[in-house]
Amino acid sequence: MTVTTDTLVRARRRKFRRPPVTLIAGGTIVGIIVLLAIFAPLVTSYNPTTINLLANLQGPSAAHWLGTDQLGRDIWTRLVYGARTDLSVAFIAVLAPFVIGTILGAFAGYLGGWLDALIMRIADVVVAFPFYVLVILLVFLLGPGTSSIYIAITIVSWISYARIVRGSTLVAKNQEFILAAQLQGFSTLRIIMRHILPNVISQAIVFAMSDIVNDILAIVTLGFLGLGIPPPAPDWGEMMASGQQFLTTHWELTTIPGFAVVLTGLGLSLLGDGLNELLGRN
Amino acid sequence: MLLRYVTRRLLLMVPVALGVTLLVFLSIHMVPGSPAYTFLGPHATKNSVAAFNGEWGLDRPLPVQYWLFLDRLVHGNLGESLFYQSSVTSLISSRIPVTLSLLIGGAVLSVIIAVPLAAWAAVKSGKLTDQLIRFFSTAGLGMPSFWIGTTLIILFGLTFPLFPVGGYGNGFWGHVDSMFLPCLTIAISIAPMLLRSLRTSLIDALGSDYVAFARAKGTSARTVLMRYGFRNAAISAVSVLGINIGFLVGGTVIIETVFALPGLGQLMIASILDRDFPIVQGITLIFSVVVILVYLLTDVAYALLDPRVRL
Repeated sequence: MTVTTDTLVRARRRKFRRPPVTLIAGGTIVGIIVLLAIFAPLVTSYNPTTINLLANLQGPSAAHWLGTDQLGRDIWTRLVYGARTDLSVAFIAVLAPFVIGTILGAFAGYLGGWLDALIMRIADVVVAFPFYVLVILLVFLLGPGTSSIYIAITIVSWISYARIVRGSTLVAKNQEFILAAQLQGFSTLRIIMRHILPNVISQAIVFAMSDIVNDILAIVTLGFLGLGIPPPAPDWGEMMASGQQFLTTHWELTTIPGFAVVLTGLGLSLLGDGLNELLGRN
Repeated sequence: MLLRYVTRRLLLMVPVALGVTLLVFLSIHMVPGSPAYTFLGPHATKNSVAAFNGEWGLDRPLPVQYWLFLDRLVHGNLGESLFYQSSVTSLISSRIPVTLSLLIGGAVLSVIIAVPLAAWAAVKSGKLTDQLIRFFSTAGLGMPSFWIGTTLIILFGLTFPLFPVGGYGNGFWGHVDSMFLPCLTIAISIAPMLLRSLRTSLIDALGSDYVAFARAKGTSARTVLMRYGFRNAAISAVSVLGINIGFLVGGTVIIETVFALPGLGQLMIASILDRDFPIVQGITLIFSVVVILVYLLTDVAYALLDPRVRL
């Protein structure tokens, strides 16, 4: 009797093992940045877009923790409001490719045939364009603005999700529970939505973590090239770009928002690694 | 056998290449409103609009336009620049050497950075060294390449003026001198990706049965790493660099802008700001051709390096 309970407890302990360190560290970093972004008006009393030319290019002080930029705007304020802009744009930008790619991948993998061939050939063509070249071209064609960024990123990045989900669907569709569902006469739509997707979606979610990092990098890079979120909205890319002309005297204008990007990227990458570990893959 | 494999891969490239030309061709029609007014400005006269539409064949049916586009392409004609008084083909070809050396230099440097670090991390797998290397490579994934470039300029161009902060330099050594920081930027931005997959494949290789057998036979640790570790690492490096060629090429666009290098990427960004569409279209096409060719070369190199791949 005791042996059985002991084994049971041990088995349960193994099942609910401690979450990986990477997950905790990544979650903490991302959590703090998200909280700062949400409660931006509470952590600073300045307005991110109010220009004060009398107080431009100041060093750090009690009034301005990280100093001011060339237009006298408080850098800490622009940093936390920039987190608001960039994180929300990146989060929305990752949703559409995730949904479109996952559904197309599941249908392509499950149904096969001409639909599969068509979707995969389109994917081959889009992948033949370098990511940044296509995104820059699309934003140029559609005109600068946040909606152009969403469209450009969606057109380019649904492919990774489609390929990942298609691969796992090909494996899943030959398993017994799917055959059982088919024998019960369930519709194709129901089998894909209720039986295939729940089993293949975890890999897409893990990939989404690293994809958000890519999207943040793309958004700030577009901002740096002058094709990003239109000013005066605070955006880390635009902050780094406008700091370029003061590189010799005030290099911190470029470096500080850069660290914000790197820290956010690190947090999200750790979160992705941790999720991957938790789901039992290396 | 290899010849048959290459032929099959070449044939598979044809629909992709056609799709790429179709997308590049259609891109001018994705512009909201009339392309002519977008590129000539709102104050364009009726005559100049008609001339623009005539030159681009925009007054003809779409399939005819696409056919004319392909016909010009086959003859190496990418059109005339709207801004420079020159053909797109000649503008592009004069800038290819800069971009190509940036690509090759960046790829070589990234291998020089990533391979020893990956080997070190794999040998010390799970120990502090490994954790540190993994931490920095994870942090590196989130670095925007233009920020790496700017930071290198601040460090090695301004604080310690060892290298020029921009431009292409004069003469061979001038080029080498001014290309070092841009190549290093590309290398640092791609090295984390390379490092992470090299480490995994090295750990897999070092934990395999054939390595255990080699060790039991008394082969020295160095020989095991060199003969079995690096062969696997090389295969993985080739495929990681190949798969990420799009990322590398896209990186050159940004890095050339940061360092004011007269390459294709800088021309593309400048032409976007000038609304010089023929150049943007031509460069997009050239970049995709490079990517498609590198995908092909990667597959061939992979087949040559890894005898397990059945041709």
